[in-house]
Amino acid sequence: MRIARMLVLGLVALVAAGPAAAQMSDGVIKIGVLNDQSSLYADLAGQGSVVAARMAVEDYGAEKKGLKVEIVSADHQNKPDVGSQIARQWFDADKVDVIVDVPNSGVALALNQIARDKGKALLVSGAATADLTGKACSPNTIHWTYDTWALANGTGNAIVKTGGDTWFFLTADYAFGHALERDTEAVVTKAGGKVLGKVRHPLNTQDFSSFLLQAQASKAKIIGLANAGGDTTNAIKQGSEFGIVRGGQNFAGLLVFITDVHALGLPTAQGLILTETFYWDMNDKTRAFAKRFAERDRGIHPTMIHAGVYSAVTHYLKAVEALKSDDGTKVIAKMKDTPTDDPLFGKGTIRPDGRKVHPAYLFEVKKPTESKGAWDYYKLRATIPTEQAFRPVDQGECPLVKK
Amino acid sequence: MATAVGVDIREATAARGAPTHQVIAFGVMVALLVVAPFLVYPVFLMKALCFALFACAFNVLIGYVGLLSFGHAAFLGTAGYAAAHAAKVWGAPPEAAILLGTAAAGGLGVVLGTLAIRSRGIYFANITLAFAQMIYFFSLQAKFTGGEDGIQSVPRGTLLGLFDLRQTYTMYFTVLAIFLVGFLVIYRAIHSPFGQVLKAVRENEPRAVSLGYRVEQYKLIAFALSATLSGLAGATKAIVFQLASLTDVHWTMSGEVVLMTLLGGLGTVFGPVVGAFILIGLENYLAQLGAWFTIVQGAIFVVCVLTFRRGVVGELGRLLRKPL
Repeated sequence: MRIARMLVLGLVALVAAGPAAAQMSDGVIKIGVLNDQSSLYADLAGQGSVVAARMAVEDYGAEKKGLKVEIVSADHQNKPDVGSQIARQWFDADKVDVIVDVPNSGVALALNQIARDKGKALLVSGAATADLTGKACSPNTIHWTYDTWALANGTGNAIVKTGGDTWFFLTADYAFGHALERDTEAVVTKAGGKVLGKVRHPLNTQDFSSFLLQAQASKAKIIGLANAGGDTTNAIKQGSEFGIVRGGQNFAGLLVFITDVHALGLPTAQGLILTETFYWDMNDKTRAFAKRFAERDRGIHPTMIHAGVYSAVTHYLKAVEALKSDDGTKVIAKMKDTPTDDPLFGKGTIRPDGRKVHPAYLFEVKKPTESKGAWDYYKLRATIPTEQAFRPVDQGECPLVKK
Repeated sequence: MATAVGVDIREATAARGAPTHQVIAFGVMVALLVVAPFLVYPVFLMKALCFALFACAFNVLIGYVGLLSFGHAAFLGTAGYAAAHAAKVWGAPPEAAILLGTAAAGGLGVVLGTLAIRSRGIYFANITLAFAQMIYFFSLQAKFTGGEDGIQSVPRGTLLGLFDLRQTYTMYFTVLAIFLVGFLVIYRAIHSPFGQVLKAVRENEPRAVSLGYRVEQYKLIAFALSATLSGLAGATKAIVFQLASLTDVHWTMSGEVVLMTLLGGLGTVFGPVVGAFILIGLENYLAQLGAWFTIVQGAIFVVCVLTFRRGVVGELGRLLRKPL
């Protein structure tokens, strides 16, 4: 035993003396895009985020400005341990300076801690959890595009104000579903709406018939879908078979993306109400971006997550250029100090808790007759101004914010 | 008597002392693992070691008792949650957290084992899968597991108050030590008279009963041993990655360990280790391939099953005419 321990100690000492931590940048800014590339988030993030990051680097003219930028990407397979291992390897061995995207809240929270421990930068676009700028907020993380609070608030509040004042919840029976339901319900009641009932369905269920019948019988104007991924699309598909929308009720998706609508098709998804912070068909700049993006990503139009990656990388490069350093903690601080400005989200700011703020929009999915072609899916129902779109900074319990 | 129940005499004599070629193989393995962290990324190796131990523990059941458990993720995951909770919420030092996690998995193993070993074959696989799904849904719903987000930022702490585990290499050699202890426990168990009885049960259960062995008890002990060591792997993994998540209790994890063991070689001593390194290596180095990852992984398995059914180590052992 003693020999073994001495051996261990000896080896440890040997290694500790070995590689000294590189303090200065190695002359290359290395951006790692880490997301799901093979499973349920592959379309809404996936390769599209890599394309968005590349476009941001090219549009910024990094090369002309003398910045050497490299982009690497990997698939975290939605497993927090795979994600955190890739992140550690990128930070330790491959000299990656910043990781962007990271859909899947579990993976994002794991990386949040690793980036903080290692003094690197993390720009989250794909993950939803509002904890990233709440209890788990970090001086090394910026949460860019959206979060659960913004979605619940946007959808809940704006729908009630535009006439949808009676609700029925279809909730996935696990922590995430419960949280989404609780947050949205609070918003709905506060805005003067009424919750007529709710039903919990098991996770990944195939048969929504009994739940949908209850929702139909409740006569609520809005059926809130407090679930995600396959459950949401299944509920919408079966709801269309039950004639929910034709009967005058609307689905409100709390976590639905334009790629989901694309997959469902307008005949099934019509009438669905949802909140996003970006839609490609907003103005000339976003349309131009979408056109270039689609050419490079199999005709897929950018989701708000892709737009967020583009915007975040652009702002990151600005901060690095100004600082002439790629030290994670310093760059994030600089990013928070500088107002943001890019063609996709317009002008915006980053709050001390790491929350990037911009307006959010309530959309309704068009009827097939209203649509002029592929990807022409949304009509704007309401705009939620920047000040109201995200959780107020003093309610997040973020330790970085001084009260 | 050993031959009477279909056990190779050579294996029976091995009980008295490890044969030279296995000692050499063990030495080579240890030497490789000591040098490896200086050549390969250590966190990857730690993960592979945790899974190697998990696969070895699984192999005790399938390789030596002939019971295919399809619910071993339950033990890996439970231990991970218990260890992570102990270290994060109760502030337990890492050694206590790991022991607690291991004990939790062991306890669960005894309970589930008592019920599961009454069946065999496909029924056994189904019952273990059912139990594992119960554990999965419990983990999804329970408060302390954090649902989808899992238990995050678990502190690694200081081992025995002496070794700071935040240092990558200290952590690595701790994991290596844990792995070797687990490996040797398994080696000792399967080469003891107890292990011989297990093999007899595997080959011909009614005959083992007729010889007067209480087969149920042997099976239960093997099941509990396998669960406990799976737990040791899971608890260590939680400390290494500083998180416990649903991935570890999901049924795909139970499937992965079956694949690791098959790929390396069922019922071989070193097979599961090799299998685990291959599979984790694929997972790690193919992550860059994006969507192609699952396809490449699938193709490799198809080739493996079609061309070398005994697994890598099993085939190697056949070529050398020595059981490895």
